[in-house]
Amino acid sequence: MLEIRNLHARVDDREILKGINLVVNPGEVHSIMGPNGSGKSTLAQVLAGRETYVVTEGEVLLDGDNILEIEPEERACRGIFMAFQYPVEIPGVANTYFLRMALNSIRKYNGLKELKPVEFVKYVKEKMKIIRTSDDLLKRSVNEGFSGGEKKRNEIFQMALLEPKLCVLDETDSGLDIDALKLVADGVNAMRSPERAFIIITHYQRLLNYVVPDFVHVLVDGKLVKSGGKELALELEEKGYSWVENSSQSAA
Amino acid sequence: MSNTDVRVEELAEQEYKYGFVTDIESETLPPGLNEDVIRQISAKKNEPEFMLKWRLKAYRHWLTLKEPEWGNIRYPRIDYQGISYFSAPKKTGLESLDEVDPELLETYEKLGIPLEEQKMLAGVAVDAVFDSVSVVTTFKETLAEVGVIFCPFSEAVQKYPELIKKYMFSVVPYTDNYFAALNSAVFTDRSFCLVPKGVRCPMELSTYFRINEKNTGQFERTLIIAEEGAYVSYLEGCTAPMRDENQLHAAVVELVALDDATIKYSTIQNWYPGDKNGKGGIYNFVTKRGKCAGRNSHISWTQVETGSAITWKYPGCILLGDGSVGEFYSVALTNNWQQADTGTKMIHIGKNTRSNIVSKGISAGHGQNTYRGMVKILKGAQGARNYTQCDSMLIGEDCSAHTFPYIEVKNSSAQMEHEASTSKIGEDQIFYCKQRGISAEDAVSLIVNGFCKEVLSELPMEFAIEAQKLLSISLEGSVG
Ligand SMILES: Nc1ncnc2c1ncn2[C@@H]1O[C@H](COP(=O)(O)OP(=O)(O)OP(=O)(O)O)[C@@H](O)[C@H]1O
Ligand SMILES: [Mg+2]
Repeated sequence: MLEIRNLHARVDDREILKGINLVVNPGEVHSIMGPNGSGKSTLAQVLAGRETYVVTEGEVLLDGDNILEIEPEERACRGIFMAFQYPVEIPGVANTYFLRMALNSIRKYNGLKELKPVEFVKYVKEKMKIIRTSDDLLKRSVNEGFSGGEKKRNEIFQMALLEPKLCVLDETDSGLDIDALKLVADGVNAMRSPERAFIIITHYQRLLNYVVPDFVHVLVDGKLVKSGGKELALELEEKGYSWVENSSQSAA
Repeated sequence: MSNTDVRVEELAEQEYKYGFVTDIESETLPPGLNEDVIRQISAKKNEPEFMLKWRLKAYRHWLTLKEPEWGNIRYPRIDYQGISYFSAPKKTGLESLDEVDPELLETYEKLGIPLEEQKMLAGVAVDAVFDSVSVVTTFKETLAEVGVIFCPFSEAVQKYPELIKKYMFSVVPYTDNYFAALNSAVFTDRSFCLVPKGVRCPMELSTYFRINEKNTGQFERTLIIAEEGAYVSYLEGCTAPMRDENQLHAAVVELVALDDATIKYSTIQNWYPGDKNGKGGIYNFVTKRGKCAGRNSHISWTQVETGSAITWKYPGCILLGDGSVGEFYSVALTNNWQQADTGTKMIHIGKNTRSNIVSKGISAGHGQNTYRGMVKILKGAQGARNYTQCDSMLIGEDCSAHTFPYIEVKNSSAQMEHEASTSKIGEDQIFYCKQRGISAEDAVSLIVNGFCKEVLSELPMEFAIEAQKLLSISLEGSVG
């Protein structure tokens, strides 16, 4: 589904991603861990198409097409979803209105009929059975005045609603209390399917107890230095990043 | 961001959708202004003697005045002798739509206001003004049943001279300012409305109207009176065809609310703003004022201004009656080379009077947007309160926003609250929308509409939707 080949990206004059290689197949859950500032969010943003980051080398293939030349909105329409580490507030725009616009853009792109307001409300009600969220949050302006945890939950609700193919979660678990963490994990698990893949960026083993990854990768200084199964996360938690940093240097 | 800027230039080529000219025979006075011209206007309109006298008085006063220069706007000198002061389609005073010039109807069609449908549109009476003379008035009968008078101003001058004598100039005297004086001398037409005591006007009253004749100045005059306990909501919507010459527009609107009466006056203005190089466009110098004459009366101005090359406009309220309330909700959008200097004047005279001001300025392209607001609390205005919120949004690097709040408080019991903010439309906001599948253009219009929400929600439902569309159209191409 997704293939990242030798991806290099920079901001201003600084190289941040220094040759990433990763293959994600449908149905898989990949977790990316790594120290602060190692480039995890950058990778997520490059996948989503943020113009701030300039790709200097490499390719990103989605279902065989190189998507680096494609506008972010089209990537979204093709099924890439990113749950933001810092979701943005849009004052005055009702969450439901925003979501309907998003859903309909995506449906339109994929040749589906746009949902009328009434149909949309029905659809939202359905989704609310899977991902618990409050009516209040849906009525309020997009993320405006939401608590940190509410913003993260709202991202997951959006994800459930838009039914993407590839879900990139950037530290969605940070700042969540235990209950909210479970809620997010349940949501992700409910969405797991043989056609859908996840890239979960996290600092903590905690989430991975609930959402068990097929692969764990460690990103250090713009490179994936170690990959393994779910045990790698436990090992990291125990030994810290210095362990991989050292072992990767000795490997090099 | 730099990428965005390039697109701004590239895409800022939004064509004016309504730029067409209707070719119908019309009767137009040659350009020029003197007492003789005024006599001719008055004669053509069959006016009673007193009106001609008033016009001449206003004209003589105007001659002594100087064009104001304090506005934060730049434009070449207006040649008042180069303007024609009267233009009317030859066929007029028609009773049914069948008699209306088909080409005229087509024009309305292009504007998206098919009169045929308007008739059926629940609860909207349309007094369509084409250039200077009102052509057709619908719904008059329904209104007459409850005693509401709603007719072209010039008709009221003939039919209800006593009302005109009583209320005209009672809010905006001809001496008020340069443009009001000019208007008083040469005013053409617009609406007159009186809602009698205790009557709630059963429908939204609305005037659509456009400037068509080349080089025709437009000087509309509107007067709305709500008697004791009456309620009326009035909406004006305007569009004009594409012109290279700048066209002058100087309207006067007077509102009078008696005890416990409410007047809501909403404007959607999308006149030709000029092309992307700043050529052409309407000059819009308007004087709008309401007088809350009675106790607990209420006047509310809502405006969505997206058109005109230059907008100079300060709808205000004189809060005379104790407990009266004045409101001003405004969205002003300037794109390309448009300039707007707009705001409000709230004069608190009565006790426990309140005013509420919410202004949203949006600048894109090389647009320049100025908010100029005055709140005056006079000595006797015990317990007066004002709330002012003034937000600006900038799109791109070449536009600007300015705020000039003037506050004068002569009574120490007054409570004043002022909030102001300036924001840039955020790249992060746009990216967030794009990541959800929404195009940049839709994202900008979504964000702008959200920014204007408090104002748009003041508009009657169907016009709020129209205003949203208009904002989106006016913003097309402002961000890539
Ligand atoms: N827009 C930007 N401008 C300048 N530097 C940036 C920008 N975005 C990221 N960087 C830099 O790139 C590096 C990687 O940042 P990134 O946000 O990808 O890290 P991260 O792995 O997600 O860290 P964290 O765990 O703290 O979220 C950091 O040093 C950061 O300062
Ligand atoms: Mg990060």
